[in-house]
Amino acid sequence: MNHVANIDRRSFVVSAAALGGGLTLGFELPFAGPPVARAQDATPEINAWVVIRPDDTVAIRIARAEMGQGTLTGLAQLVAEELECDWSKVTADQPTPGQNVARKRVWGDFSTTGSRGIRESNEYVRKGGAAARMMLIQAAANTWNVPTAECTAENSVITHKPSGRTTTYGKVAEAAAKLEPPAEVKLKDPKDWKIAGKPAKRLDTPDKLTGKAPYAIDVRLPGMLYAAVKACPVHGGKVKSFDAAKIAGNKGVKHVVQVGQTAVAVVGDSWWRAKTALEALPIVWDEGENAKVSSASIGELLKAGLDAQEAFVGNQKGDVKAAIAGAAKKVEAVYGYPYQAHACMEPMNATAVYTPDKCEVWTSSQNAEAALAATSEASGLPIAKCDVHKFLLGGGFGRRGRTDYVTQAVLIAKQVPGTPIKLLWSREEDMTQDTYHPITQCKLTGALDANGNLTGLHMRISGQSILATLAPARLQNGRDPATFQGLNPGGSEGAFGYDVPNLLIDHAMRNPHVTPGFWRGVNNNQNAIYLECFMDELAHAAGEDPLEFRRKLMAKYPKHLAVLNAVAEKIGWGQPAPQGVYRGLAQQMAYGSYVAGAAEISVVSGSKIKIHRIVAATDPGYAVNPAQIERQVAGSAAYGLTALFNGVCTVKDGRIEQQNFDSYDIMRIAEMPKVETVLIPSGGFWGGVGEPTICVAAPAVLNAYFAATGQRIRSMPLKSHNISFA
Amino acid sequence: MAELTVNGRTHQVDVDPETPLLWVLRDTLGLTGTKYGCGIAQCGACSVHVDGIAMRSCSVPLSAVEGRQITTIEGLAQNGVLHKVQQAWLDHDVPQCGYCQCGMIMAVAALLKDKPKPTDADIDSNITNICRCGTYQQVRAAIHAAAASA
Repeated sequence: MNHVANIDRRSFVVSAAALGGGLTLGFELPFAGPPVARAQDATPEINAWVVIRPDDTVAIRIARAEMGQGTLTGLAQLVAEELECDWSKVTADQPTPGQNVARKRVWGDFSTTGSRGIRESNEYVRKGGAAARMMLIQAAANTWNVPTAECTAENSVITHKPSGRTTTYGKVAEAAAKLEPPAEVKLKDPKDWKIAGKPAKRLDTPDKLTGKAPYAIDVRLPGMLYAAVKACPVHGGKVKSFDAAKIAGNKGVKHVVQVGQTAVAVVGDSWWRAKTALEALPIVWDEGENAKVSSASIGELLKAGLDAQEAFVGNQKGDVKAAIAGAAKKVEAVYGYPYQAHACMEPMNATAVYTPDKCEVWTSSQNAEAALAATSEASGLPIAKCDVHKFLLGGGFGRRGRTDYVTQAVLIAKQVPGTPIKLLWSREEDMTQDTYHPITQCKLTGALDANGNLTGLHMRISGQSILATLAPARLQNGRDPATFQGLNPGGSEGAFGYDVPNLLIDHAMRNPHVTPGFWRGVNNNQNAIYLECFMDELAHAAGEDPLEFRRKLMAKYPKHLAVLNAVAEKIGWGQPAPQGVYRGLAQQMAYGSYVAGAAEISVVSGSKIKIHRIVAATDPGYAVNPAQIERQVAGSAAYGLTALFNGVCTVKDGRIEQQNFDSYDIMRIAEMPKVETVLIPSGGFWGGVGEPTICVAAPAVLNAYFAATGQRIRSMPLKSHNISFA
Repeated sequence: MAELTVNGRTHQVDVDPETPLLWVLRDTLGLTGTKYGCGIAQCGACSVHVDGIAMRSCSVPLSAVEGRQITTIEGLAQNGVLHKVQQAWLDHDVPQCGYCQCGMIMAVAALLKDKPKPTDADIDSNITNICRCGTYQQVRAAIHAAAASA
């Protein structure tokens, strides 16, 4: 495989094709080419999703991004299932967003956020596979001059049952590609799946073991120069001036350029030289008023919101005020959740080449269509003169749904026309120019009657809205619906799972200047800690077992209850734990799936937590690849526990203080608990799996910590209480 | 000009001697399997072998490795046969995003050379690479499998 990308399209696609090791896309505009669309090697497309070569190898097109979550393999399984092809001959290809635009978005949405990769495209990709199968059968039937109803397909072989004649997909692909697609397509019942629903190995593993797998950071173009960038460390600030003359004599420095209003870049003949020169470049910032902001001032801003009169309502029922006023016992607690960085292992990067006629970008993106739009906007060229080439993502976690790094690369490349520029953020730039997990606090007030029943619950969230900054058009009369993830009155995305007669969940929006972002799990992460730890507090106040207390409130939510019961049973809830071992549990509905977690911990030397086991149950409706779901669940537990123990970005003089992994530590293998996955797909709906478990890992551990110590931790992370992994 | 021996091949490179080995490998020699993650020897994504010992190449200057034998992920498989660590990684389908895995594999390969049958405690104290996807459970299983396969 050649992963030195050349600048002309043909060579590039060869390189990008290494992703799946297979075919590449040729790209023929509907009005310019023959009626049959063809792949790069002239193999005909059966349809946009399926290309079959004469040797029966199958290339399946994948529009969603692969960032480790396994979507590439899962979607290919779904197409292959309906196609009835030989799975061992399947490879995956990624079309570009420019090709999608040119073909009237035949591949649909490229956006890969919100655990939606499979759940929101499963139907049309399966139809793509099924339609291709029908066309292949039709082509064989035409050749044999027999009715299609007498033909069947299995494992890439078509059989005419009455005569026993057979042919293969590769032999009839050319003829099939010329047929009209079927008007109606019937999908299989998932209970009949043979390829989907099974623990298939990932298609992208082999190249990830040898260094061949292409990430955007690995792009190499002839004549390419390297750029290092620094943006104003106070978000919203601007460049006032910089003294390029000071580094003009540095070895390898080619250009020193301003990038928009907010950043300065050094372009050099190596990235190391560019970065070293940038560090020596005097830059004066116009930081503005935000330079006065600190973690303490943000804390005060949020605290005031906890008792503010005005708030956006997310979920309301009955009269919570009256219920609290009339309570036999009132329970109140304030929780808090900090800013956290995504810290993708591959720092943000993009390579761009600009000429007045064309702008091309090579990058990793969770939304390549948004990256294309950003390329067009930054270059000033129409979409049709731009394209974005997709690579594997070295982590996404929501960060790569943003396009700021693409815009920067294009703005730099535009100042050096004709020369490919690889922009790479240093880890320090990546950590200080992130879009952070939003900061919030939450005041919870619960009303218990004389029998310990929960008669009222008020959950007041105060703090930052992601949508207000990143997507204000999605606000609903100023209200950010995403704030209430997992707390909604119903719906298929994240319904609150308790029946409380008097309920109010509301949000006093307070938006500091630090840019918030979608951070794997997003608002579920803090909402589950707030709600599930407080449920434990209420259970203890009522003198009840935390599981039994929850069960009484969950009769109307059988799917929520089923996953909670599943983890309770597997962790051994109600049975004696080993000496010194304590348990906690939590549940939440997130991204259309029902999840629950239970933890077994012990506390060592007063301030160290040893997590012995995490049991995590998921009901995603349908499980497309149980082995990959297990890996997502275990990885989500790691992500959630890193956040719980270590995850905090603090603000001083308006800037984020943490710069690298020495001050923003990530869990290592020594700290990883055993994660036992319980997968209970109940069918009838499609839920996501890339994110949900994150939000139940932390409250399960926090509740176990209370059981162990009688101490309730209400502000994250544990590091700020001098509690660490044992 | 400095002389650098990587995966058994000797290269003459015209690079500032203080340049970290990582960038010489990636940008001068085009061996991009070795990854940049932090630049301060924290994450291990840049792990390579220098005279058989795992080192974090982001923090080793070129001048320190002249004349020494460097092995990168591209040179780990011999004669087209995967190293037993790579094979165990394949069998256990370890990588998620995969970005850290080349460094992780290099670190584990060096560990197994030193301790052919590592205990869990050996793994805990020697393998400190960061995997943000949290593949650690599969990593541990694959290390034991690789050790057993020897």
